[in-house]
Amino acid sequence: MTAEMLTTILIAMLGGAIRVSTPFLFVALGETLTEKSGRINLGLEGNLVLGAMVAYAVSYHTGSPWLGVLAAGGSGLMLGVMHGVICSLPRVNDIAVGLAMMSFGIGVAFFFGKPYIQPSAPRLEAWPVGGWSDNPALRQALDINPLFFIGIAVAVFLWWGLANTRTGLILRMTGDSEPAARAMGVDPIRVRVLATAAGGFLAGVGGAFLSLSYPGSWNEGLSSGQGLMAVALVIFARWNPLRCIAAALLFGAAGAIGPALQSVGISQGYYFFNAAPYILTLFIMIASARLAAGQDAPGELSITK
Amino acid sequence: MTTRNFSRRGMLKAGAAGLAAAALPMGWARPARAAGEVVLGAVYVGPRDDFGWNQGHAVAMEILKTVPGVTVIEEENVAETDAVSKSMESMINLDGANLILGTSFGYFDPFMIDLATKYPDVQFRHAAPLWSADKHPMNLGGYFSYLNQAHYVNGVAAGLSSATGKIGFVAAKPIPTVLSNINSVLLGARSVNPAATVQVIFTGEWSMPVREAEAANALVDAGCDVLTCHVDGPKVVIETAEGRGIKSCGHNTSQAALAPKGFITGAEYKWATIYALYADLLGKGEPLPNVVIGGYDNDMVGNTAYGAGATPEAIAAADAAIAGLKAKKPIYVGPLKDNAGNVVLDKTFDNYDPVLDGMGFLLEGVIGSIT
Repeated sequence: MTAEMLTTILIAMLGGAIRVSTPFLFVALGETLTEKSGRINLGLEGNLVLGAMVAYAVSYHTGSPWLGVLAAGGSGLMLGVMHGVICSLPRVNDIAVGLAMMSFGIGVAFFFGKPYIQPSAPRLEAWPVGGWSDNPALRQALDINPLFFIGIAVAVFLWWGLANTRTGLILRMTGDSEPAARAMGVDPIRVRVLATAAGGFLAGVGGAFLSLSYPGSWNEGLSSGQGLMAVALVIFARWNPLRCIAAALLFGAAGAIGPALQSVGISQGYYFFNAAPYILTLFIMIASARLAAGQDAPGELSITK
Repeated sequence: MTTRNFSRRGMLKAGAAGLAAAALPMGWARPARAAGEVVLGAVYVGPRDDFGWNQGHAVAMEILKTVPGVTVIEEENVAETDAVSKSMESMINLDGANLILGTSFGYFDPFMIDLATKYPDVQFRHAAPLWSADKHPMNLGGYFSYLNQAHYVNGVAAGLSSATGKIGFVAAKPIPTVLSNINSVLLGARSVNPAATVQVIFTGEWSMPVREAEAANALVDAGCDVLTCHVDGPKVVIETAEGRGIKSCGHNTSQAALAPKGFITGAEYKWATIYALYADLLGKGEPLPNVVIGGYDNDMVGNTAYGAGATPEAIAAADAAIAGLKAKKPIYVGPLKDNAGNVVLDKTFDNYDPVLDGMGFLLEGVIGSIT
């Protein structure tokens, strides 16, 4: 492998990390927020797909992609509220409801999304951050969508807010010990419904990135399971919003390895390289289990009880 | 590979048939239908409106719905797994389908072969050149348009519209049909520019938009200034090429509207020609032929009207190439080497030669590997 090939691969991985990571980041942050309150919402794949469809449809009809982003968040919020309310009924299992919500969100998106597969909707403009470089590949890699920066800002805000605000404390307390929350006069159900709704909103915005930025069009294969992988990322990130950024970037970069290697002529074994993100998931799961991730998990989560 | 042959429905059917045989002279009865009536079950691997492969079939299928006495039932998003057996069996047993059209490559072996053996009075037709009389049941068959002829025209136009001579190809899976399209683009491009190359990236999936976008970007970064593809929905590849300011050639259906600046031309199926033939035969109550194949010479493929990316020389050369294909001029003029240097085609082959249907190589000039 020459130095030039290595540069190409590294630039592709950097570009891939930035381009592909945003939906992972938003879903992972949404899931972190939800799980911090003591509930698991496995249905965020549904929010992602529905958000992608709604964003594309709204952008197409109004001509404003940012309205599409808001509408996508709104659709995710509604799915989140549904999950939150249903799980608040007695003896309802949040994991089972999450799986049902996933099928529901995807089904609704496919049903209403049929007329939007063909048309082209206005997309979100990227910021040419790499304008200083004369390497076209690097310039392209650094055409960064504003949603990426918003995702990072949200992650930093959540990290700070969870640690330093009264709201953050209440959320963490509800997630760690329901009796403690009740003793403090906090209504755990209200906190959880709000946290699930906010998490759903974030996942919906992640979907808007898929249809309005990268790859930037609506069709039924768009997500191909990214929402599910992002939920797994949360365990790897150990419920820490800042680690969510790192995990999402890592996954984006891993996804870019397969095509990048083929483009520099290392074309043997592309099935293996294309599987890189999934192999990574496996190793991450094994590694995080060894690191005793249970120590960081909110105490009220049904997987830790 | 063999599949489980007992499904729950199969077991129930066998049990019921046993009981019925004891009590009645006839065994299990399928839904009754009038003589000569055709219930056609069409199965698609993806959504019917994907701007690509499935849409091409679904749109062309409309003509069959207009034939009196023909009922069309359709199911989309059926995976190339056991799911297709279940879907087709349910069409046969519950809806009384007596003609099944499977439109995805992987449906054939083993699923449609097994079903054709199990249901000898149901006709099966599969959209690929895989059926052969000495190996497969006679109630099974194939129909296929040789899109590689239109991809050859893409190659000619791309070869003269490209400044670098480097054409990028985003491919799904290394099956013969895809490989033939890649090789035909190369041979088309080399017929007008002997130094042209085709760089291919396989995504491994028929529909995986994020990876298709990554592959398209990687090809542009590698210096390609024309992109084309063979994936189920080419929208992402064409839009990515347009967004990066390079040219593109389409696949399956017309994508001209997606790339107003860089679109050159595109390879399009004309499934309507085949389905109109089927409709005609069904209307007359005649049996369908086992195999229907064709290309430019019998109006089964075509090229999209030239876009802004096509140079005048490219248009002239592409028109000449189309005239040649209509006159059955061969694409694979031997001897030809693969990209490892082995002679893979020792002589010139006719465009419909079965040898080409089993293509398992990338020609010299294609950068990439099929494993």
